[in-house]
Amino acid sequence: MTWLRDLGLGIRFAAAGGREGWARTALTAVGVGLGVAMLLVASSVPHLLEQRSLRDQAREEAAVSRTEGGVPKSETTVLRAGAATVYRGREVEGFLMRAEGSRPALPPGVTAFPAPGEMAASPALRDLLASPEGGLLKERLPYGITATIADEGLRSPGELYFYAGSDSLTPATGGHRLAAYGDDTPGTPLTPVLVVLVILICVVLLAPVAIFIATAVRFGGDRRDRRLAALRLIGTDIRTTRRIAAGEALFGSLLGLLAGLVFFLVGRRFVGHIEVWNHSAFPSDLTPAAWPAALIAVAVPLSAVLVTLVAMRSVTAEPLGVVRGSGIRRRRLWWRVLVPALGLAVLGLTGRVDEFTPVDPYPIAVGAVLVLFGLALLLPWLVEACVNLLRGGPPSWQLAVRRLQLDSGAASRAVSGIAVAVAGAVALQMLFAAMGDEFKQITGQDPARAQFHTYSETVGGDAATRTIEAFRSTEGVERVIGTVETYVTRPGKVEEGEITPTTSLSIGDCATLKELAEIGSCEEGDAFVVHPRNNKRMSDWMDETARKGKEIELNPTIDSNPGARSVRWTLPADARTVTAAPDPLGEEHWGIMATVGAVDPRTLPAARTVAQIKVDEDVKDVAEHVRNTAARIDPAMRVAALTSVTRDRQYESVQTGLRFGAVATLMLIAASMLISQMEQLRERRRLLSVLVAFGTRRVTLGWSVLWQTAVPVVISLLIATAGGLGLGAVMTWMLAKTVTRWWLFLPLAGAGGALVVAVTLLSLPLLWRLMRPDGLRTE
Amino acid sequence: MSIGHTLLGLLESGPRHGYDLKRAFDEKFGHDRPLHYGQVYATMSRLLKNGLVEVDGVETDGGPERKRYAITDAGITDVAAWLAQPEKPEPYLQSTLYTKVVLALLTGRDAADLLDAQRSEHLRLMRILTDRKRQGDLADQLICDHALFHLEADLRWLELTSARLGRLAEVVAP
Amino acid sequence: MTPAGSLLEAHDLRKTYGPTPALDGASFSVHPGEVVAVMGPSGSGKSTLLHCLAGIITPDSGTVTYGGRELSAMSDAERSALRRSDFGFVFQFGQLVPELTCVENVALPLRLNGVKRKQAERTALEWMERLEVEDLAAQRPGEVSGGQGQRVAVARALAPSPKVVFADEPTGALDSLNGERVMELLTESARTAGTAVVLVTHEARVAAYADRDVVVRDGRSRDPEYAV
Repeated sequence: MTWLRDLGLGIRFAAAGGREGWARTALTAVGVGLGVAMLLVASSVPHLLEQRSLRDQAREEAAVSRTEGGVPKSETTVLRAGAATVYRGREVEGFLMRAEGSRPALPPGVTAFPAPGEMAASPALRDLLASPEGGLLKERLPYGITATIADEGLRSPGELYFYAGSDSLTPATGGHRLAAYGDDTPGTPLTPVLVVLVILICVVLLAPVAIFIATAVRFGGDRRDRRLAALRLIGTDIRTTRRIAAGEALFGSLLGLLAGLVFFLVGRRFVGHIEVWNHSAFPSDLTPAAWPAALIAVAVPLSAVLVTLVAMRSVTAEPLGVVRGSGIRRRRLWWRVLVPALGLAVLGLTGRVDEFTPVDPYPIAVGAVLVLFGLALLLPWLVEACVNLLRGGPPSWQLAVRRLQLDSGAASRAVSGIAVAVAGAVALQMLFAAMGDEFKQITGQDPARAQFHTYSETVGGDAATRTIEAFRSTEGVERVIGTVETYVTRPGKVEEGEITPTTSLSIGDCATLKELAEIGSCEEGDAFVVHPRNNKRMSDWMDETARKGKEIELNPTIDSNPGARSVRWTLPADARTVTAAPDPLGEEHWGIMATVGAVDPRTLPAARTVAQIKVDEDVKDVAEHVRNTAARIDPAMRVAALTSVTRDRQYESVQTGLRFGAVATLMLIAASMLISQMEQLRERRRLLSVLVAFGTRRVTLGWSVLWQTAVPVVISLLIATAGGLGLGAVMTWMLAKTVTRWWLFLPLAGAGGALVVAVTLLSLPLLWRLMRPDGLRTE
Repeated sequence: MSIGHTLLGLLESGPRHGYDLKRAFDEKFGHDRPLHYGQVYATMSRLLKNGLVEVDGVETDGGPERKRYAITDAGITDVAAWLAQPEKPEPYLQSTLYTKVVLALLTGRDAADLLDAQRSEHLRLMRILTDRKRQGDLADQLICDHALFHLEADLRWLELTSARLGRLAEVVAP
Repeated sequence: MTPAGSLLEAHDLRKTYGPTPALDGASFSVHPGEVVAVMGPSGSGKSTLLHCLAGIITPDSGTVTYGGRELSAMSDAERSALRRSDFGFVFQFGQLVPELTCVENVALPLRLNGVKRKQAERTALEWMERLEVEDLAAQRPGEVSGGQGQRVAVARALAPSPKVVFADEPTGALDSLNGERVMELLTESARTAGTAVVLVTHEARVAAYADRDVVVRDGRSRDPEYAV
């Protein structure tokens, strides 16, 4: 068991190497620890998502109350209506609730049913309402907070959620009867496209972490090699020194594991305060899954030892010094090209995937991963090849280039993380952009016309008028069109296979109707048949329902619901047929239009008050004012923003998140580059002093440090951009989309540039310090 | 240095006249002090008497008669024995410098000044030798180096002594 | 009183590192083209004196005058510029940039002075020829022996045709044969080029290559030329 003894000796060296030995071990431990903490967070994601969806489902209505025809009223049933809203871009979810009996069912996290005018709110909502920031929201949710929703009733700690008590909610005004909570139907699985995206995101964000860990294990390697040389002098053989080095690496990485665990546990306590994409997590949600955690615990020390042994292969610790063989060994190209080529081949063979057919996502993921890692493999060769081509230039450039020519290995290793992160992020962003832009094309909504669309199921006699007036007097609103709308049908049976003739009925005051059609004169009690312009077929179809002087069925559910009560209305024989006119928002409306005097909206069994609102977007918080007005009219009124803003923001947030993730990994890499740079400078302390004695300008050496970082980073950014664009294009093609934005790599390239500058600037103070003449003193 | 053995050694490459011997000796070894011809003559007659050389012939082309000497087998054995015999290292135990330093200390004079003056003198000689070495051939260089190393050894002793003057003063103080 | 016609002179230098004085009233002078050895035991302040003379460090008190200019009155940038143009340096070890080839190392001070690369390397090669190391031009310092490396360093110190070369124990890491060869080439080349040499050494045989010697002891110099 000599090797066990040697490993132990290595551990002792790492632990008892004096101040310098500890510094090196600590550096490795912190580096590995950061990486491990990130890996632990990543391995907690499945548990996090599972817990969230469990809590989410627990507060959904139970399947039992969703049966055909609904559940009967009982002591435990509750009427509720969704009252979700958006406040300054953040979603606020909640319900209006009315107990129908004395023992109403309670949602999770709530101990007492909220009385009318009161509400149970999540802690985050409570805090928001209490702060000046939430002033406008307070107007919208004017309920007294009597209870706080406990954690088990919330998806995440930062969620804005409430249950408000109501005394006016009825089934007729949108109240839905519910008997119990807890939805146990299984959720829909992720679509294949999403699976591919998720796998790619993991690779992009975690591969640099792995590379960072591998770099961290090598921290202080030069000093270690010299110590091993000293050991050789007193008679240890090469294999023993390797085992001792392995022991040191093992110790450092084990400490790193511990540090990672500590970082993770400490960081977890603050996780509730951090919001990403409007989401946060409970500390208890961040529990690493068992097998990835076990894998981390085994793989990190193991790879630390392997990396050390591989690194030592090119270094021979001879008794009288360290001999480096790296300068002689040329890097071979063929097997490095093989890996990305294989990846592309896998992708090519998989062919196109569409969004709905279930496909095996794994070949795609494997292909993408191979391409990304292939780039990392290709990089050292490319850096070497490029650097060997560089010639001439001023002394600072010459110093940097020659240094890289002598040993580009360390530089390539550090920047290979950049290559993977940037290439992956570029590819993913292209994919997201393609998907996002396509979504916009589908909706085709034009926010230049109306930005908000509201509808409410509370229909009163003056509903439409009141709604219009309320919105018109709202700050920032430019135009409003408000009507009460329903679908109407031709009474009587139709033949099998035929469709019941249907059209719409819009009820509004004369002023509103005049804006929708070329009515001319209008008096209270009038009704009109409005034909679309230039659409004969639609006009004919309408006329099958809108027969003047004949009855019309006003209950649209009459055919589908056998118990429904028929409500008939006779279209006056003197109703005029007119042509639709584009409304002030640019849209065309047709169908039957009637004044309130002709049809009393209160008689309609199923109708909605609908408003379209155009606002002046320059007015601050205009959206909040509109939503507040809506809530005042009817707390359960839905307000939809017609712009594709919501959906866009989602893509935007994924992109931002990705960008942030990539930047975070870049920073991690910058940190490791900085440490190697400082190590290298310290090694060259004497040489630097000599150069100063010569009268070398500080600027010259500063530039040389800059070039030394910049050259490999620029090469890696070039290959990452090329590779990322290629991969992005191929994957976009595979998902049957078109590349819409080619320039998404620019911010990342910028971040790479910033990284170079940051590493240089941060190593300058040390350089300045080492350039003092103290290094010349030998006595 | 044994002149007899040196001359015997020079004869080993072939018989020579006495004058040739002197010239060869001066060229190779006599940088500072050339041999007198009388010295050669006296030495050769001693060697002749001991049977280490013999007279190979006599020439008289117009001038005084000149003997040609050749080495005998006994002579060759004698040279071999001399070369094989290691020189006894100089013990250097009787040092004038040491005496001067102690006396200076005893009489209350500045011993450091004495040492410095000696140091300067040594270095001056070393500079001269170094200069000569630079202009001379290999033989010159070797001879100068021999002297330089000795002078350097003296200098080291001077340095060491000046560093220990204080203690030496305590020891020799009456 | 200062020695007349001196190129570089120091008067009553004092410099303290922490509690120990490294220089405690040292004076020194060197004439154009003169080779002066600075001798003394280890820790006597020889190297500190050299660093002060070369303007690498500034003394706590005292003056260093070069060509009529007071060094401590100059800014760091000015002193750097002076070192680039007028001074050359040879140290004991670790002075060649390991990733540059030998000829690039020799050309480096010229290039720092703004000489074009081709021209600088041509001059460098001439000096390497003079120091008999032209064969090593394309080698890296790690691939040459100690004596060869030191000769490359001497070539580098002399290549910009400085007025003064500062050599701090230039033979300290060499055996005596290599050391002597380096000293021979250094002094010979310096004398030919009219360059003054300030040679710090503790070895008498190395100091013997100089025209005269100055002894530093306990931070004080004894320069016979300099009547204090």
